[in-house]
Amino acid sequence: MNSISLSPSEALKMEQSDMAPKLLTIVSAETSKAQIETIKHRKDPYDELKRIQKMAFIRTMLIPMIGILLFLCVWHIGASQVETSLGTLPGPSQVWTQFDGLIQEHRNERKKEAAFYERQEKRNAKKLANNPDAKVKIRPYTGSPTFFEQITTSLITVMTGFLLASIIAIPLGIICGMSAGLYAAMNPLIQVFKPVSPLAWLPLVTIIVSAVVVSSDPIMPKAFIISAVTVTLCSLWPTVINTTIGVSQIDSDLLNVSQVLRLNWPTKVKKIVLPSAMPMIFGGLRLSLGIGWMVLIAAEMLAQNPGLGKFVWDEFQNGSSNSLGRIMVAVIVIGLIGYILDKGMLLLQKKVSWDKNAILR
Amino acid sequence: MQNEHLVLTEVTIDFPTDNGPYRALDKINLSISKGEFVSLIGHSGCGKSTVLNIIAGLHQATEGGVILDGKEVNEPGPERAVVFQNHSLLPWLSTYQNVQLAVDQIFKGTKSKAEIKDWIKHNLELVHMSHAIHKLPSEISGGMKQRVGIARALAMQPKVLLMDEPFGALDALTRAHLQDSLMEIQDNLGNTIIMITHDVDEAVLLSDRIVMMTNGPAATIGEILSVDLDAPRNRIELADDPQYNHYRSEVLRFLYERHALPEKVA
Repeated sequence: MNSISLSPSEALKMEQSDMAPKLLTIVSAETSKAQIETIKHRKDPYDELKRIQKMAFIRTMLIPMIGILLFLCVWHIGASQVETSLGTLPGPSQVWTQFDGLIQEHRNERKKEAAFYERQEKRNAKKLANNPDAKVKIRPYTGSPTFFEQITTSLITVMTGFLLASIIAIPLGIICGMSAGLYAAMNPLIQVFKPVSPLAWLPLVTIIVSAVVVSSDPIMPKAFIISAVTVTLCSLWPTVINTTIGVSQIDSDLLNVSQVLRLNWPTKVKKIVLPSAMPMIFGGLRLSLGIGWMVLIAAEMLAQNPGLGKFVWDEFQNGSSNSLGRIMVAVIVIGLIGYILDKGMLLLQKKVSWDKNAILR
Repeated sequence: MQNEHLVLTEVTIDFPTDNGPYRALDKINLSISKGEFVSLIGHSGCGKSTVLNIIAGLHQATEGGVILDGKEVNEPGPERAVVFQNHSLLPWLSTYQNVQLAVDQIFKGTKSKAEIKDWIKHNLELVHMSHAIHKLPSEISGGMKQRVGIARALAMQPKVLLMDEPFGALDALTRAHLQDSLMEIQDNLGNTIIMITHDVDEAVLLSDRIVMMTNGPAATIGEILSVDLDAPRNRIELADDPQYNHYRSEVLRFLYERHALPEKVA
């Protein structure tokens, strides 16, 4: 038994020990000890686990970090070579300074706002003290929106547009997936409208919304409606198409079950169609949200609707020495938000999915 | 007539193909009485499943028709419950919920909530699945899934239980267990059962009659063998029973001598 995994030197010892039986016992005791050691080394599950964890850390953290660092280096070196009308292209450190500046700007604006309301309150209190019947006006603060306010506006707009798109697209996809006739009727329309650029929709949407929303003080600002509707029109299609495919691919055995049980339409959709098509629907929703986010920035930029797109456009028009850096901050933030939105959808899918073992990426 | 529970008359089906209609079944005539266990046996591709699907209402016969208790069958319905070959449980529902889907559909309005609950549990107990009522189909074995499939079908209280190779995908031991369960259930409930199989032992062990089908195209009933063995049947005792072995060899002879696979004949 001892001779199974002997190293050459140990084997030699064994051979030598044949001549000296006393030695043999000592050596074999040693080898078995050594063997136990190797077995321990090889099979210790904790060590193995640690090794796997280490590999996972390297793969998921270290390598991406190296990638990002390399990118920053290339950016830093590359940017300093490019002379523009607004000075040298900013590198990572200048962009970080700009980001810091934007945070500072936001804080200052908040302070100004607080001060404005404080003054207003004092003034009104004074007025009321002099004359209790005096009419007190409360004016809202009208400072220009900061970078972070623009982000919030953009997020609210994209979510509104995306929700609206989902509310339309999922039922439409389910109907198209279940009825071949309706699919045949809808398919050409879907194929034609799907590739239309947001920039083509925007003028149409602007004119129609302006015509429909006539109230001088609408519940929602016109610009917001225009951006949201444009997002809806462009992000509708992936969800419609994916839902249609998902629904039409339901296992025919499950449909037979529903036929034998004579399930009514709503029960069939709720118990069989939706859970079956859920992975495909989520695939569509994620594509839609990604498209919606891209479209929104373009729409805001072109239509001068408040949001991140307008921020970029304003900085472009501004043309100060800070502008390039600020635009780069916006680019990175837009990318990060897009990434977070997608991760959010993935989390939601994990929560909703019935198959907890499914690998989602 | 009392014994005319389910009647198939001149059932013929043509499937459209690029080269014109393909006749899969030709003039099937069969009469099944209440409480009878009938097996359909034949080589694969002979149209056994098509016969079952026509009885289930999932396919429509081109000519002829099916009459159940004096009413023509032309759409699927719970009075002709189907146990599918690959269990067809909804993977996102627990075993309990899978049975519940059927029970809610059929007994809502006639049974109270408590009665429905008891009825679901009762049916899961019949197939010995009470221990796993909150498990998802992915968490139980193939044999267990098929048990739940049978429970779901039984819970519909069907007039006829249609089973499409219910144990075909299971290993031999699991299959034997389920066959015993099925015999036990049928002894207790006296269901009318039509089962498709390609397992000769299974057919002889379970059936009152074995319907042997010829090979397609235009498959039809070749012979019908009545199996007169006393209930309850025990597989171990029957293994040495000359009568059982006679039935067995009858079916084998039909399948491998008179109606061997077409390519082997040619």
